[in-house]
Amino acid sequence: MNATMADGVLLSVRGLHTWFELRRWGFIRVGHVRALDDVSFELRRGEAVAVVGESGSGKSTLAKTILGLHLPTKGEIVFDGRVVHGQEDLRWYRSRVGYVQQDPYGALPPFMPVQRILEEPLLVNGVAPKERRLSRISKVLDEVKLTPVEDFLPRFPHMLSGGQQQRLVVARAMILEPQLIVADEPVSMLDASVRVEILQLLRGLQARHNLSVIYITHDLSTVRYFCERVFVMYAGKIIEQAPVRQLVETPRHPYTQALLAAIPDPDPTNAARIRAVPAGEPPSLLHPPSGCRFHPRCPSYMKGICEVEVPPDFEPSAGQLVACYLYDPSIEQLRSEASRA
Amino acid sequence: MTSNGLLSVKDLRLYFRTLKGPVQAVDGVDLTLRGGRTVVVVGESGCGKTSLGRAILRLLPRNVQKYTGQIWLNGLDMMSLSDEQFRKEIRWVRLAMVPQAAMNSLNPVVRVGDQVAEPLLIHGRASSLEEAQKSAAEVFNQVGVPIDFLDRYPFELSGGMRQRVALAMALVTQPDLIILDEPTSALDVLTQANIMNVLKTIKKELGMSFILITHDIATSSELADDAAVMYAGQVVETSRADQFFREPLHPYSRLLMASVPTLHEDKALGFIPGHPPSLINPPKGCRFADRCPSRFDKCSEEPPLFTVEGDRLVKCWLYA
Amino acid sequence: MNRALRELLAYPSAVAGLGIIVLLLAMSVYAVATIPYHEAIRLWRGGEALWADNPRNASPVWVNLLPGRDLPHTIVVRSGQALSIEKPIGGGVRQFSMSLGFDYPYRKFPKELAVFLDPEFTDRAPNVSLFWRPPDGTEIRLTELTVRRSDVYRISSDVRLQQELGGRPEAVLLGDPNAPEQPLRGRHELLIRGYLFEEGSRVEPKLIVYGEVHGLAGTDHQRRDLIIPLLWGAPIAMAFGLLAAVGSTLSSVAIAAIGVWYGRWVDGLIQRITEVNLILPTLPILIMIGTLYSRSIWVILGVVVLLGIFGSGIKTFRALFLQVKEAPYIEAARAYGVSNLRAVFQYMIPRAVPVLVPQFVTFIPAFVFLEASLAVLGLGDPVLPTWGKVIEDAHSRGALFTGQYYWVLEPAVLLMLSGLGFTMLGFALDRVFNPRLREVS
Repeated sequence: MNATMADGVLLSVRGLHTWFELRRWGFIRVGHVRALDDVSFELRRGEAVAVVGESGSGKSTLAKTILGLHLPTKGEIVFDGRVVHGQEDLRWYRSRVGYVQQDPYGALPPFMPVQRILEEPLLVNGVAPKERRLSRISKVLDEVKLTPVEDFLPRFPHMLSGGQQQRLVVARAMILEPQLIVADEPVSMLDASVRVEILQLLRGLQARHNLSVIYITHDLSTVRYFCERVFVMYAGKIIEQAPVRQLVETPRHPYTQALLAAIPDPDPTNAARIRAVPAGEPPSLLHPPSGCRFHPRCPSYMKGICEVEVPPDFEPSAGQLVACYLYDPSIEQLRSEASRA
Repeated sequence: MTSNGLLSVKDLRLYFRTLKGPVQAVDGVDLTLRGGRTVVVVGESGCGKTSLGRAILRLLPRNVQKYTGQIWLNGLDMMSLSDEQFRKEIRWVRLAMVPQAAMNSLNPVVRVGDQVAEPLLIHGRASSLEEAQKSAAEVFNQVGVPIDFLDRYPFELSGGMRQRVALAMALVTQPDLIILDEPTSALDVLTQANIMNVLKTIKKELGMSFILITHDIATSSELADDAAVMYAGQVVETSRADQFFREPLHPYSRLLMASVPTLHEDKALGFIPGHPPSLINPPKGCRFADRCPSRFDKCSEEPPLFTVEGDRLVKCWLYA
Repeated sequence: MNRALRELLAYPSAVAGLGIIVLLLAMSVYAVATIPYHEAIRLWRGGEALWADNPRNASPVWVNLLPGRDLPHTIVVRSGQALSIEKPIGGGVRQFSMSLGFDYPYRKFPKELAVFLDPEFTDRAPNVSLFWRPPDGTEIRLTELTVRRSDVYRISSDVRLQQELGGRPEAVLLGDPNAPEQPLRGRHELLIRGYLFEEGSRVEPKLIVYGEVHGLAGTDHQRRDLIIPLLWGAPIAMAFGLLAAVGSTLSSVAIAAIGVWYGRWVDGLIQRITEVNLILPTLPILIMIGTLYSRSIWVILGVVVLLGIFGSGIKTFRALFLQVKEAPYIEAARAYGVSNLRAVFQYMIPRAVPVLVPQFVTFIPAFVFLEASLAVLGLGDPVLPTWGKVIEDAHSRGALFTGQYYWVLEPAVLLMLSGLGFTMLGFALDRVFNPRLREVS
């Protein structure tokens, strides 16, 4: 089933909801954990976007829903003109999307050698004959610089260093020649000196193969080295979308501002200052706050406006979308209405 | 509670016995800390920084092979104390620790208030349970956990709250020095900033001394007065924080600093190819030599610590 | 693989265990090679004639190595060694005289004396008289009889002779008249005189002076050499134990994995079946089946495996697989489209090996003992010579009361050794595969 796509758009997500049913004692329905709530965005070919958020923001759920590991409760996912949501057979899709995970050691089956680890996706997707598989394996190992290839083929994951393990995970993600890579915190468990290596590797692969990348992270500092656009997620929603530069220089959403203010650079003067951090914790996804989900913690909370309805996306500057009433053009009108109420 | 928690560590060595040979986790470390200041020990995985924290607190594993060196706390020679004396008088009385992933190592079946009160009862610092619980409440205030959480169980608290509880446990006996091992690694950015704020407040109001062990250089700058860089079981550089973050000296420190991504400034990132040497049979000579871009012949001999700019120490022949 | 082997051999218990297992295997191979299955069955159940030459309830020969023991061996004197004189006396009748002589060197009396007469004739049976001639030259008349086919004259069981001699025949006949408690050393002879009435008639007598020891393992109440069930018990026990362990453990693993993977009602169903099955008592069920249906070892094996599949192993493996299922690499595999079956068998089950191998090895003795227990209760396989059967025989004949300790000890020791061997190996394997269980060096 095909859908019309704007030129250059590889992945289109519209109104995506992923809710998990919560049951007590196995069958009493208590409610839904609204891990993803009405998420929409578009990803172009060859574009790298970062999805930034804290735990509970829904960023991992977004990754897994896009990968087909979670079934969306509502909404549309269209990839390269073909519908993904609601389809039974997603084999065509799975070979086009690669997955790089956070824990390099856990992501590799400990009882399989490198060759088998890389061969499995090929076998599962019916790539034959053996020579073709082996040549792809060599090629991909070469690309991630795990060379000499013959040395690495018989090794087991525990014989590799953390950085090498992650390269192998990247290699596995690339082996089916995907168009999109979903990387979920690919460097958080690696040492600082190795992170850059892996990020550069991903960047290089992206450029060479014109890959689209969804890079999920909680570490905003790495984003500017890698991505063109950033989506900031909070409590299951995307609350701000912007090109990286713009986001870092002029963050609009109060949450984004708080996030940026809380990230330290290695600067000795940090020790003398107390940082302003919004009080409270991310909300429960079972019973989220009404309206804007950040309103209980927001320093710019406007009573009568923010908690009433979920804010739509506003565009205060070109290319920057913010889900916050502060950027509603008719904000003055709303304020006066609220103060009268 | 202001104290001159002066800590002086000289040539500390901690080796473990394993099937493959002795792991020289801490191999001749010198460290000095003046009261009221925080020294941050930075290094990557496998450099021995966690073992250093444990060695100072004499939390030794069963397969310890060598534990030598000198540790002086406020003029008291700690190595001369017996294990029992150390347990009674030093550990958690004058020296405390918030271990790695402390938020996950709270006892799940004991209320958090009771867990924080426990060290007081064990070390006889409180004469009754009520008194201990009162002190626990005070310390909860200091770390910013609401008092009504005293009766809750760990699973009812978020990660950030649990980490604060772990910190409270270390604070409750009013030690001279607290060792923090990766206190914020597993936490979100905002929670991390919160915990750092708590630590800064405690540092200022109580004059507490900290040893902060972490691999996160950016976060370490939030608390550091002094910095020590560890590589392959040894300290390769010691400086004041302002000197270190502005201009690190040791090639490893430089490369490490260059690999830290910055949000607020444009910077080209570097990385260090290869990986650290094994702590079993470490290489002779400078241990960083085979990854060092500034390597030269002398590096096949182990460099001593050279003094630079008066009070900085660097273990590198470039500064001879 | 090699590393694991070397690690294993570092444990003395593993070496000992392996040693015992190798020994048992060697026994099994030897048993099957030298006495093929059908031959073994024949020797075990063939009938009196097979065992007639053996003494009844004899101890093993090595008992004589113990201090103060000097039990006699069996002496067989065949007609070939006999001196035979024939004299025709007309009318086609021949008078013959044979002498079967032997030296008796023992200090104790033989257990029994018997003469096997194996005549060959067509219509008219030969007629014989038997006499005993001890070394002092006297002749004692034993009996006179017409020989029928395969006749056995048991001197010791002849009540009339016993009355005549005034004591047990074997004691009196071989006794020293001056010291009646002791046998007379020297050459004793059995004299056979008789008449053959046909041309081709012959008599092939055989004298057996039964000793009190026989073979490496002794004999049982039916004169069977115990070495047969002891030797053959090994392959049977091993085969039963292995098959049962393999059958139930592998099935448990597969079922647990499938349950965990598919979750929901599949998992629920498997758990409920397991819980019900755990309550069912294995031994009573086996007893019921043995008593009411069949005692064949294959039936018993089948039931044991069936009852064992949904056992506690499923719970153990389920706990393991629940963790494995959450592993990132499984998630990655689902992302690249792995099929359910492949995921279960090639991604999840290999993780069970460190638990499976030690558990499997440790289960084997349980099954071996189960089979032996059934045999002791009288429900063992009716045909097969097993260790349990030997114990059952010994028990029902009151072996321990009559001082025939070897009869009970030999199979018991073998059973214990197998249990010990597998268990020691299993525990060592556990430590190799699960490093957390190791002692810190």
